[in-house]
Amino acid sequence: MQKAYTNIIQISGDVITVEAEGVGYLDIAQITTRRGVSLAQVIRIDSKKVSLQVFAGSRGISTGDRVRFLGRSMHVATGENLLGRIFNGSGLPLDHGPLLSENMVDIGAPSVNPVKRIIPNKIIRTGIPMIDVFNSLVESQKLPVFSIAGEPYNELLARIAIQAEIDIIILGGMGLKYDDYLFFRETLNAHGALSRCIFFIHTASDPTVECLLVPDISLAVAEDFALKGKRVLVLLTDMTNFADSLKEVSITMEQVPSNRGYPGDLYSQLALRYEKAVDFEGAGSITILSATTMPGDDVTHPVPDNTGYITEGQFYLKDGAIEPFGSLSRLKQQVNGKTRLDHRTIMDTMIQLFADYRETLEKQSMGFQMSDWDKKLLKYGLLFEKDMMSLKVNIPLENALDLGWQILADCFTPEETGIKLSIIQQFWPKE
Amino acid sequence: MENKRTGKVINVNANMVTAQIDGFIIQNEVAYIIRGHERLKAEVIRVRANHAEMQVYESTQGLKAGDLVEFSNELLSVELGPGLLGQIFDGLQNPLPALAEKCGFFLKRGVYFEALGNETKWDFTPLVKPQDKVLAGSWLGFVPEKIFKHYIMAPFALNGSLEVISIVSAGKYNLKHAIARLKDANGHIHDVFLQQSWPVKIPIRAYAEKLRPHQPLVTKMRLIDSLFPVSLGGTYCIPGPFGAGKTVLQQLTSRHAEVDIVIIAACGERAGEVVETLKTFPKINDPRTNKPLIDRTVIICNTSSMPVAARESSVYTAVTIAEYYRQMGLNVLLLADSTSRWAQAMREMSGRLEEIPGEEAFPAYLESRIASFYERAGVVRLYGGDHGSVTIGGTVSPAGGNFEEPVTQATLKVVGAFHGLSRERSDARKYPAIDSLISWSKYKSFVKAGDQEKGRAILRRSHEIAQMMKVIGEEGTSLNDYIQYLKGEFFDFVYLQQNAFDAVDEATTEERQVYLLGFICGILDSEYKLDDKPAALHFFQTLRQLMRTWNCAEYNSPEFERTEEQIEIFLEEKKIRKAE
Repeated sequence: MQKAYTNIIQISGDVITVEAEGVGYLDIAQITTRRGVSLAQVIRIDSKKVSLQVFAGSRGISTGDRVRFLGRSMHVATGENLLGRIFNGSGLPLDHGPLLSENMVDIGAPSVNPVKRIIPNKIIRTGIPMIDVFNSLVESQKLPVFSIAGEPYNELLARIAIQAEIDIIILGGMGLKYDDYLFFRETLNAHGALSRCIFFIHTASDPTVECLLVPDISLAVAEDFALKGKRVLVLLTDMTNFADSLKEVSITMEQVPSNRGYPGDLYSQLALRYEKAVDFEGAGSITILSATTMPGDDVTHPVPDNTGYITEGQFYLKDGAIEPFGSLSRLKQQVNGKTRLDHRTIMDTMIQLFADYRETLEKQSMGFQMSDWDKKLLKYGLLFEKDMMSLKVNIPLENALDLGWQILADCFTPEETGIKLSIIQQFWPKE
Repeated sequence: MENKRTGKVINVNANMVTAQIDGFIIQNEVAYIIRGHERLKAEVIRVRANHAEMQVYESTQGLKAGDLVEFSNELLSVELGPGLLGQIFDGLQNPLPALAEKCGFFLKRGVYFEALGNETKWDFTPLVKPQDKVLAGSWLGFVPEKIFKHYIMAPFALNGSLEVISIVSAGKYNLKHAIARLKDANGHIHDVFLQQSWPVKIPIRAYAEKLRPHQPLVTKMRLIDSLFPVSLGGTYCIPGPFGAGKTVLQQLTSRHAEVDIVIIAACGERAGEVVETLKTFPKINDPRTNKPLIDRTVIICNTSSMPVAARESSVYTAVTIAEYYRQMGLNVLLLADSTSRWAQAMREMSGRLEEIPGEEAFPAYLESRIASFYERAGVVRLYGGDHGSVTIGGTVSPAGGNFEEPVTQATLKVVGAFHGLSRERSDARKYPAIDSLISWSKYKSFVKAGDQEKGRAILRRSHEIAQMMKVIGEEGTSLNDYIQYLKGEFFDFVYLQQNAFDAVDEATTEERQVYLLGFICGILDSEYKLDDKPAALHFFQTLRQLMRTWNCAEYNSPEFERTEEQIEIFLEEKKIRKAE
């Protein structure tokens, strides 16, 4: 079964082609080179010519090196023993702990039958008003943070992870800067969360292709926990690096690129990972928060664009705050109807007024005279930015709603807000 | 019986597998790749000498060169018969609940069930007698299915005039029981069952003639019905960037549209959205029939993480089922979300076939495939004189929200109405986010043509003034123009926008739309005594709030009448009466 081949006939990019027989598509192989042993995965079979992507990169591979097929697809160890551990992108320990091999699961397992899913219904409270009030995060949601590279997206992910009430945190790092990896470790440790964390870390200095396995490994481990009733939060940062690695391999394989060099199946590839977010009936759940950096702050770039079509909304991080426009939680209506009666009203009204404020701001910058209404909007906008939008704010949802009413009452008369009378009567702050 | 033709796998490239075969190969025939106990369904999409290139409808993980391939002689087909309603299938018409029962949480590849279970016995009533002459598609009898008479038809595949040789008497039969025998012009005898199968990529043409769509389809969405209507048997598309509300719009349409049957094709989209439909429809009653909505719904679901090739088959499966119910004289609405995913699946395959790519790497045949799909919509007169229709509404997910891309453009060429969603509107939480300045429709609405034109005109005018105000400022705008601007905003806010979370406001009946639009046009036509701009703004803000309360009141309820009176009084105070 485990036959070794030594006739590598092509090395191109991080893909090698070897002549072999009886090899299954997506099977795993080990390549023994002078530098050590690397894992590789079959990505094309052309009768006897088998192409593999080499996770450690092809540098230094000789045409005479041994390729040993393991006769199975990629598996990863799962279970409680992983908690508190740190692994690399291929699932090997980085923390000098023991190599684990129990409860091995296939990382390419099929997707969940849609009829076995349940409608998500549990809010995840984060203490961030821009999330809790305006775009509530829901258990089993898949949600990316869109931002340019300089924004504090990793800080945001870490903060949500610490404050959210979940059982297990899995961090999948792709092309993560070493500093950022240390940041995650220290922050989670400082909050005593490290013992319920599992890290799969591919850093920026590791071979690019190795990051391709990170989402699959992280999610396979998460799925195993979720099936055992745990509520798991998976952080994937940064998915743009994952997409770039896909691009690299597909170009090497001479596939026709579709948009800016990305492969035509980028959507399907991303969806395959994000769709692992699930709430199992009678078991646990997987919630996915990811970071997607947008080259040039361009939301129409293929990676954020395709991601946006897959995920259940997005948080758009701009100038250090979650931007109300462009940010969206598609599942918020599953939960914000049963938090408090005024939740949706506050959410809609404040955003509509904030949109008006932005327009006024534009008018102001063009030097137009400000009407009384404009002045009210300007006052409102500043209060909103300071008390609601700032990431420094850390208050429970109910307090945030009260604060919302206070801001509205400070700036407007009830009818100016366009809110239904019955709600006004119940919630408008009395003098 | 000829021998089963078999071949061997030689290439595996993601979901494209090439097999070598010695015998003949039929283009688009179904083949099965055998791996251990698993049989993976595939379709031949290109033939090169003795190589059959196939798209595989399952994950190809673990396939090896040398694996056995069995060819079936048959094109990809669906089973048509009683029992489709209320079901949820994958793109290959595999019933997902049955799959869940057998395989648990996860989909298992290579497990296929019969689309229509054979356990149920159906109460059949014949409509023809021996010696009657019938045609393919003629009604031979019916069985009750949910709230409908499900007509059992002469197989669509037969040609010419057919003679009924025998037919069973009224009674209970299962799907595999022959209920009639027909003789064709050549003297061949054909058995007829309660179910028949039909190849998905070929339209069913068993009708007398195709007619022009003229009757409006009521979606209960004011913006659509009043300004950009769709006709029964028409086609429309909803392109929009992500997050603009395509799916919410489709979901509400599937709930409220006044049609007999809704087919939902969830093609390459989120599983969560299907789940919502799946779990809520059994609990919501259709006000027209007072039966759960699920009874009039068929869901074809091939979500984004399910095998890509089956996305293509899912839209064809859906439209074939839609055509089948149309043949019973019913009005069917097919909602496909999203056609872009189907186009992308074509692009993926085209790339693997190494075809010369067209724009954005989409294949050159993209346009013709899209056109022939939408052309399967229409109103038809059946042989018996009844009318049936298939209306197709497809969402498009253009890359980067840019409508200039190939899929949107190819779709716009063939549809009768265009509901373009805009990011600006959805960002401002305006629902539905259909941009009235770019959308169009070739169909006729049930509201008065004059009112419709008035609405469109005020929106255009208001937009012009808004643009102008950006340059010359509010102070540079005349009071008259400013009021026109406010009227446009007002019309948008109280008529075009609906509250999708309000039980009353989310759906407006035909009668109420006509009434409300007439009422609002009265306001748009009137002049009011407003001294300055702040007064005008205040006037319309107050009016807006009253109207919003009105919109949320049950039609003709005491609250409705009370609010209407309040609005009338408010308007009277400020109204300027023109000298007659």
